[in-house]
Amino acid sequence: MGVIKALDGNAAIAHGVMRSKVQLVAAYPITPQTPIVETISSLIDTKQYDATYITVESEHSALSSLIGASSTGVRTFTASASHGLALMHEVTGTAAASRLPIVMAVVSRAIPGPMSLWCDHSDIMTQRDQGWIQLFAASPQEALDFVMIAYRVSEDERVLTPTMVDIDGFFCSHLTEPVDVPTVEEAAQFVKDFVPVNATLDPEVPYAMNNLTSPAIFTELKRSQDIGMRSAGKVLDERFEEFASLFGRKYGRVMCHETEGADTVVVCMGSMSGTVKHVVNELRAAGKKVGVARVATFRPFPYKELAAALEGVKNVAVIDRVSGMGSFGPLYEEVLSTLRSGRIDANVYPFVAGLGGRDIWEQTIEDVFSRTEALAASGDVCDEPIWIDLKEDEVRYNA
Amino acid sequence: MPELDLLSKGMTTCQGCPMELIARAALDTLGPRTITMTPPSCAAILTGSGDETGWGIPSVQTVLMSLPAFASGVSEALKIRGMDDVTVMGFAGDGGTFDIGLQSLSGAIERGHKAVFICYNNEAYMNTGNQRSSATTLGASTKTTPTGKKESAKNIDFMLLHTPLVYQATASVGNIPDFKRKLKKAASKDGPCFIHVLAPCPSGWKFPTDQTIEVAKLAIKSGAWLQFEREDGKITINTKPTDFQLINQYLDGQKRFGRVTPEIRERIIAEAKGRYETLCRLAELDCLV
Repeated sequence: MGVIKALDGNAAIAHGVMRSKVQLVAAYPITPQTPIVETISSLIDTKQYDATYITVESEHSALSSLIGASSTGVRTFTASASHGLALMHEVTGTAAASRLPIVMAVVSRAIPGPMSLWCDHSDIMTQRDQGWIQLFAASPQEALDFVMIAYRVSEDERVLTPTMVDIDGFFCSHLTEPVDVPTVEEAAQFVKDFVPVNATLDPEVPYAMNNLTSPAIFTELKRSQDIGMRSAGKVLDERFEEFASLFGRKYGRVMCHETEGADTVVVCMGSMSGTVKHVVNELRAAGKKVGVARVATFRPFPYKELAAALEGVKNVAVIDRVSGMGSFGPLYEEVLSTLRSGRIDANVYPFVAGLGGRDIWEQTIEDVFSRTEALAASGDVCDEPIWIDLKEDEVRYNA
Repeated sequence: MPELDLLSKGMTTCQGCPMELIARAALDTLGPRTITMTPPSCAAILTGSGDETGWGIPSVQTVLMSLPAFASGVSEALKIRGMDDVTVMGFAGDGGTFDIGLQSLSGAIERGHKAVFICYNNEAYMNTGNQRSSATTLGASTKTTPTGKKESAKNIDFMLLHTPLVYQATASVGNIPDFKRKLKKAASKDGPCFIHVLAPCPSGWKFPTDQTIEVAKLAIKSGAWLQFEREDGKITINTKPTDFQLINQYLDGQKRFGRVTPEIRERIIAEAKGRYETLCRLAELDCLV
């Protein structure tokens, strides 16, 4: 099966795009996603990949042009990060509400300010409620596979919702690992040529798209969109299953390690999960009943699946890679909803770590587990997140 | 059975609206193998709301900032799908062209997509109730410049002279046959084209609704508006202004200029003369690059 290549996360995504028979790519360079679009545009320019590349003058125009192209019935891709994703914000809503199956790679980088080049999830979390499916890959292999899966899910007539495939800037985008790249023939068994489900811009059958919508029908359109998004959960499961049968790599919306019989479980997303897994293995070896549940599909959020993974757990430690300023991190809030709706009576603690590219070391995760243990023993409740990797003496208190 | 209009009758544009006339003339010229894009603007009235639309052709309501980028994607996708005979027509006002949409327009022109970008210029944000834009004439009162605009308008035509448009023209609702001729030429080109059309707005400019065409004609005659085109590096002036002093009459016919001082009046006339003189010099060049 496939060909093993040494690829970083960005190159893996570029391969995923080519294997998905994408017909049109429009993108604007931004660190740390630039190598994705450099690779794709170079291959198109040297005629190694038959597709159209639009060298747009901004990210806003990148996604705008994809909305135009996707509305005209071709398969499209873009990639962005941080400032670029923020600039796209206006049109991410348009793309989703127009039910266009666009796929975008987000190589997560802190949203300004202060200016930062490095990873956290503050960029993609600004898009949380814009109506895109959000998949968080933890490795270059997953990044490639998730891109292929994303097209199948987004284009499914039950879904018709765009997808963001997120990888962590530098930690995954610039990390080289062996990646099993499906051959063109193998990939073609999974991703076929694009056939649009909805009406396209065609003079033979004229339609007006994205029209002004009155209060009489706006709510119903949003609910229809929500149903499409929610249907993506089941469709993701189906495609994960099909993907596994073809390629032997099995994914889930929640991926668990040692959660069975665990007392304390960390819930996290993205590249930090490898480190968490490693620490879990070490703590297990030392006799601690710990585990990790990684959320791979942040939208639609896998409430039932996560609740099943946390059944019987005593303590849940959630690590957000975004501060949730003035409130809690978005993953923590989802886990609270999960526990409540799943009738799970566990302690739950909010941690913030790894902002603006700060490394999440083994020590960071060990601190999360020991702090959780101490909090559980004391019975204390957290009324704000615990900034677990904070350099306290560098913090300015004006109060 | 009678042939249906490609733009429905009974649109809810204001009485005397030039934008609707320009759109009607555009579809008369381009025919049904056309896809149009309108930003949120007066033109969005043609695109309609809910399940109603005025267009008998495919249309997209874009966002204000990036109609030309939407058009870029449509244009390239049409190529991929082998639908090369379809014309992509951007239809935006001055706000979506001179101001918030300028970057997107400049990008689309530079990349060379096949599309015709029409700007109907009513010299302010008319759909939101008449706020000044960078296309508003010096001295004009708007809701955001009640005592009259203090700055000269951005000369987008001169700005775009040095972009790789394959065809560029100004036109006016006061000369529809000339507009149609220019649009037909633009649609035959395999690249980006820009047609800037003066659209005197009775509601915003404050003149009687039966005077739209007369105001547009006077703009041409007085030299307040210049009619020209650029093709293959050559500028052709279509109409020579008759007398720049007619600008006084042009200003007096519109209540938006009611607060114009004699000094501002002089400046408006001097700037119009200057623009024409510059254009004449440019038209002498064999090839403008």
